[in-house]
Amino acid sequence: MSNGNAYITASCVIRDQQVFSNGSLLWQDAPGAELTDFLRKGYDRFSGQYPKFHKMDALSKLGWLAAEILLRTAPVEDHLPEQVAIVLSNRSASLDTDLRYYNTVKDIPSPALFVYTLANIVIGEICIRHGFKGEHIFFTTGGFDAQQVKAYTQILLDTGVATACLCGWVEVMEQQYEAVLYLVERQQREGGKPFAAEEMRNIYDLRF
Amino acid sequence: MADLKAQIIEQLNLQEVKPEDIGNDQPLFKEGLGLDSIDALELIVLLQQHYGIRIANPEQGPEIFQSVRTMATYITAQQKQPG
Amino acid sequence: MSEPVWIAGGGVICGIGATLPACVEAFSRMQPGMEEVQYLHTVHRGVFPVAEVKADNATLAAQAGMPAHISRTALLSKIAAQEAWDSTGLGDLLQYRVGFISANTVGGMDKTEDFFADYLQHPNKGHLQQVVHHECGSVTELVADAMGIRHQVATISTACSSGANALMYGARLIRNNIVDIVIAGGTDALTRFTLNGFNTLMILDQQPCRPFDDTRTGLNLGEGAGYVVLVSDVIRKHLPNAPWCRLSGYANTSDAYHQTASSPDGIGNYLAMKGALDMSGLQPKDIAYINLHGTGTQNNDSSEGKAIERLFAPDYPAVSSTKSFTGHTLGASGGIEAVFSALAVQQGIIYPNARFATPMKEWPVAPATVFSSGNKLSHVMSNSFGFAGNCSSLVFSKE
Repeated sequence: MSNGNAYITASCVIRDQQVFSNGSLLWQDAPGAELTDFLRKGYDRFSGQYPKFHKMDALSKLGWLAAEILLRTAPVEDHLPEQVAIVLSNRSASLDTDLRYYNTVKDIPSPALFVYTLANIVIGEICIRHGFKGEHIFFTTGGFDAQQVKAYTQILLDTGVATACLCGWVEVMEQQYEAVLYLVERQQREGGKPFAAEEMRNIYDLRF
Repeated sequence: MADLKAQIIEQLNLQEVKPEDIGNDQPLFKEGLGLDSIDALELIVLLQQHYGIRIANPEQGPEIFQSVRTMATYITAQQKQPG
Repeated sequence: MSEPVWIAGGGVICGIGATLPACVEAFSRMQPGMEEVQYLHTVHRGVFPVAEVKADNATLAAQAGMPAHISRTALLSKIAAQEAWDSTGLGDLLQYRVGFISANTVGGMDKTEDFFADYLQHPNKGHLQQVVHHECGSVTELVADAMGIRHQVATISTACSSGANALMYGARLIRNNIVDIVIAGGTDALTRFTLNGFNTLMILDQQPCRPFDDTRTGLNLGEGAGYVVLVSDVIRKHLPNAPWCRLSGYANTSDAYHQTASSPDGIGNYLAMKGALDMSGLQPKDIAYINLHGTGTQNNDSSEGKAIERLFAPDYPAVSSTKSFTGHTLGASGGIEAVFSALAVQQGIIYPNARFATPMKEWPVAPATVFSSGNKLSHVMSNSFGFAGNCSSLVFSKE
């Protein structure tokens, strides 16, 4: 595979009631905080002013919040909206919401829940928020496959389809959740790391 | 109408809106409260859940859901009908 | 700049036929697949017409050579993928570096529903085995294992454009020399879940659907699977027969408008078609036929029409929605329609759009309404636009 230069210029990791930005702990909620409450507090702290957030399912809220934090200081506006791509993956697709929706079917099925019974809606929410119009794709795999996400993102950059890409892993199943997002760009920026599967693993494991 | 406003807020997850923020004649969609097509479907669910009113044709939505007042008028009219 | 990627074959199973030739036969006889629900257990039986694959799971399992207890999504996938492979005449699959890129949106939901039906009655009941294969990814793994594919296996879940995105991914794997052959497409079985969900969104037509007709009132759901076999230039030289055509262009964009609705001007649709054309180095006038996304909802068809107008006006290619025969097969649709489109180039087929009578006000262009073959179609476009604003267009070319 061709291997043009690219850099991880920002990252965000959310798990265990903790939020890490570029490797540093940015904020943490009380251990054991319930996911919905944790996400709401995260929204109040890092965003606000986006009432549509409250309508989202947990997967979209988590991915949306991670993107919000990832892009807080990242100069993503340097890129054309058509050239910002998103490559996400997870294990459970939208199963968490599928089951919630399924529980409403015996009463009155909820249209607002059904809308979120697709894994890639989280990408749609991020695109709506930031106006990104580039390519996007969602893989389902047994666990975080840094190599696969890296390979696909690299192709998008190498073929000129995108000049920047948000990529990573966003998983929710009941109270188990995890989001790891990377901003990958062609140009190096201060603190950026080479875009390699090994570096992605390091960030995932919070080894900085 | 205050009850209806509270029900709308709950049904649509409008967590940052208070009942008193919604005017009786304020448009619910677009420039008003900013609701969208999925919210319209949820309002149909609301009518069924709280008032036992079924709307089979979504084309009726825009007329009924213009504002809280038009919704309330519709509910009252439906409840007066026998059966 | 890039190595060409060829379509060496394809396979389809859907509501109008259990094989690709059977589907073409159904088009030529004007026999759409929508009927009353026959195989799915649902309270909506008799209310919404659907395009089911006309076989029960035991029959499909025998055809697929797989156990009957696994998800219908996997059974359909195996049948179509096997037909696609066999159509190439390449022989023993194990001799090659082959990838399997399969899209689906429901995974093993059909089995999960059966589990829940038991579980809700008696919480200690229900077979856990049924939920083990729920994840979208495990459906792909089951089929890859059954076929002996091990070099590259991936599952894509981007709603109704998933199948088209599988072809894009497959072409890139070949161009980057990761594999030489990719079986790419999608699969989805009809489930109570999707039927209920689309009913909730009030976009199901209680009549057979009427894509691109002014009187359209929604879509019909379908089920099935469709795969093409993508091959590198090197493999092409080993093919016993000429390839069907070349995958000359593809693009995927985001509409960035709404979770389910298309933007009124179809900006994402426009950008996807434009991107695919640019990649193939073609002008709009070069496209001879477009296999439309064409679901039959007010919103979808209007946006697609506007986007086509912006890119192609005033000289339009022939267009039609094969969903008027197959129903909307969701994650499978991009794969099924890619097979139809690639075959269209090879055999000069323009597919009919069933039940068209009244042109839409927004884009008053009449789709093709009769089947024809032997047309000279040098370039064919296939559109797949999904929820979350995921818009994909593919271009297939003769040379």
